[in-house]
Amino acid sequence: MTVFDKPKSLTDAPLHYCPGCTHGIIHRLVAEAIDELGIEGRTIGIAPVGCSVMAYNYFTVDMVQAAHGRAPAVATGVKRADPSKIVFTYQGDGDLASIGTCETVHAAARGENITIIFVNNAIYGMTGGQMAPTSLPGQITQTSPYGRDVATQGYPVKVCEMLSQLDGAGYLERVAVNNVKNIKNAKKAILKAFKNQVEGKGFSLIEVVSTCPTNWGLTPEKALEWLNDNMLPYYPLGVYKDKFAEEAAK
Amino acid sequence: MAKLTFKTDLCKGCGLCVGACPKNLLVIAKDKINKKGYHPAEMTDAEKCIACAFCATMCPDCIITIEK
Amino acid sequence: MSGPYGTMAEKVLMKGNEAIAEAAILAGCRHYFGYPITPQTEVAAYMAKRMPKIGGTFLQAESEIAAINMVMGVASTGRRTMTSSSSPGISLKAEGLSYLAGCDLPALVVNVERGGPGLGGIQPSQSDYFQATRGAAHGDFRMIVLAPASVQEMADLTMHGFDLADKYRMTSMILADGTMGQMMEPVSLEAPEVKTYDKSWAVTGTDCKRPHNIVNSLYLVPEDLERTNFERYERYRTIEENEVMYEEFMMEDAEICIAAFGVAARVSKNAIMAARAEGIKVGMIRPITLWPFPKAAFKKAAEHVNTFVSVELSMGQMIEDVRLATECARPVVLCNRAGGMIPSPEEVLQRIKEVNGGMTK
Repeated sequence: MTVFDKPKSLTDAPLHYCPGCTHGIIHRLVAEAIDELGIEGRTIGIAPVGCSVMAYNYFTVDMVQAAHGRAPAVATGVKRADPSKIVFTYQGDGDLASIGTCETVHAAARGENITIIFVNNAIYGMTGGQMAPTSLPGQITQTSPYGRDVATQGYPVKVCEMLSQLDGAGYLERVAVNNVKNIKNAKKAILKAFKNQVEGKGFSLIEVVSTCPTNWGLTPEKALEWLNDNMLPYYPLGVYKDKFAEEAAK
Repeated sequence: MAKLTFKTDLCKGCGLCVGACPKNLLVIAKDKINKKGYHPAEMTDAEKCIACAFCATMCPDCIITIEK
Repeated sequence: MSGPYGTMAEKVLMKGNEAIAEAAILAGCRHYFGYPITPQTEVAAYMAKRMPKIGGTFLQAESEIAAINMVMGVASTGRRTMTSSSSPGISLKAEGLSYLAGCDLPALVVNVERGGPGLGGIQPSQSDYFQATRGAAHGDFRMIVLAPASVQEMADLTMHGFDLADKYRMTSMILADGTMGQMMEPVSLEAPEVKTYDKSWAVTGTDCKRPHNIVNSLYLVPEDLERTNFERYERYRTIEENEVMYEEFMMEDAEICIAAFGVAARVSKNAIMAARAEGIKVGMIRPITLWPFPKAAFKKAAEHVNTFVSVELSMGQMIEDVRLATECARPVVLCNRAGGMIPSPEEVLQRIKEVNGGMTK
């Protein structure tokens, strides 16, 4: 009996990510959700710009590669063109919370029936380790070499907290992938975010607190610890909004 | 007994599986180099594996298959 | 009228912007995304009214950037889709235009131009000619650029633009000026014949029956990117050979040739009639496709024309294409107003007389 195998919705293409990068785990969780819901044939994914730009090579579903930050707008177009399709975006923190903030906020405000997987690792990976909108106060990056100074570089954007103020946002949860327990919770959240869409409920966004061993300058193991000790206190895990559950309870 | 299969040539030697194994059965094989040029992960004592799949859960490259 | 479609249906009085919107619907466009900006807002308003009644999508996007990316989403699924804006808004759409080109996606984009640069003004202009025919955005690419000179052509070229976009998998742009958008004329609208195009590249869901389709403009291997660019330009060459449209007016014996499109061509016609009444042999070539530019027509005209006059609502942009097309065989002079001003027939006539008197600057 097979206890664990690669999900069907992942292609055989070797992932280009750095050793220990948790993008691979998150890809797998998305693919598992697609498999479990049996929606592989009618799912369309939108890849971002950033490390996960080549996500289009890793999922067996039809994929569109969007301009930096515009994935929620492209997803809106795809979904409006054919509401029977299941449409998800996969975006990093620079893509979603910096250049694409406007598209993110308004897709949520419209209650667009799409699923957004938001990977927050507090740094720009693809371009080599610059400050992200989610970089922590004091965090050293290539463009905050003396540590992020909130007096001049401002505070991190807490996406789930921010979007939870919008009436259109349906389901917002922050999860992490730094240990087996958190990964199992992340899996549940991602599955639910897709299921919400299948059931026609509306906008779901899962923020996945993730690592970047290479640009954090840490080993993959140490990066998991850094996530736990530094990211999670600033970005507490949990459900920030579940309008659908609230509506069901009424 | 559980059977772990590694797609060894896809392993990047990150070691996340090693840290995840509750039985400490996995190591990074410093004496081996795979096609990608990494020291791959390997099982030291298959007999003791309990098929918890923690290693596969942590593996970012999805290279571990577990059968029981 | 010189449009590609017949004009059998009963005529109705419409604004140019409304004619574009209704023509798009007749051409099968069911997904419109826009953002208000003068002087094109009637397109959005018309779509807002009509789309919900016919099961289509009207969405007022959060920005022009979002609107063009929503267009990209729909286009990726193989459906007809469009957005419209005016000059400053088109600048915002530039990124999306480049991605549409890089992904070889068909779409229709309307620019009802106003004066610039910057926020400029809200009066008619043709100063986005360079932007439309050359530098819409980063990278090597072209758009098919259609320049209507009547409300009927606003409709006809919209329908034609969708066909060209589908046929060549690229963006067709309607480059109109504020006059064309705002003026009312009788127009006859008839649904065009529905053609089918190969859309096997579209993201429609694999249904688990085929390998996944990827709509993408990223090529990290330079040899691959170079190859796609060369292939795309092969297609552009076919377009240059087959899709040029223009109107010749009184060119048989012309010694002076006016080059003008859109409202400038309408003004020029009046000036030509007045000049002819005075015995001046003047005619006009009116490009309908600004890209591909009617190079051959101008080159041929240079065989018997002494001087070309480019009449434009800009500081002189198309004039460069006239010089290139005629290989500078004859002098090409400018007759222009800018910033939202339109040359009067008298001003154009005056310029014709100057040229007729031997002026070549």
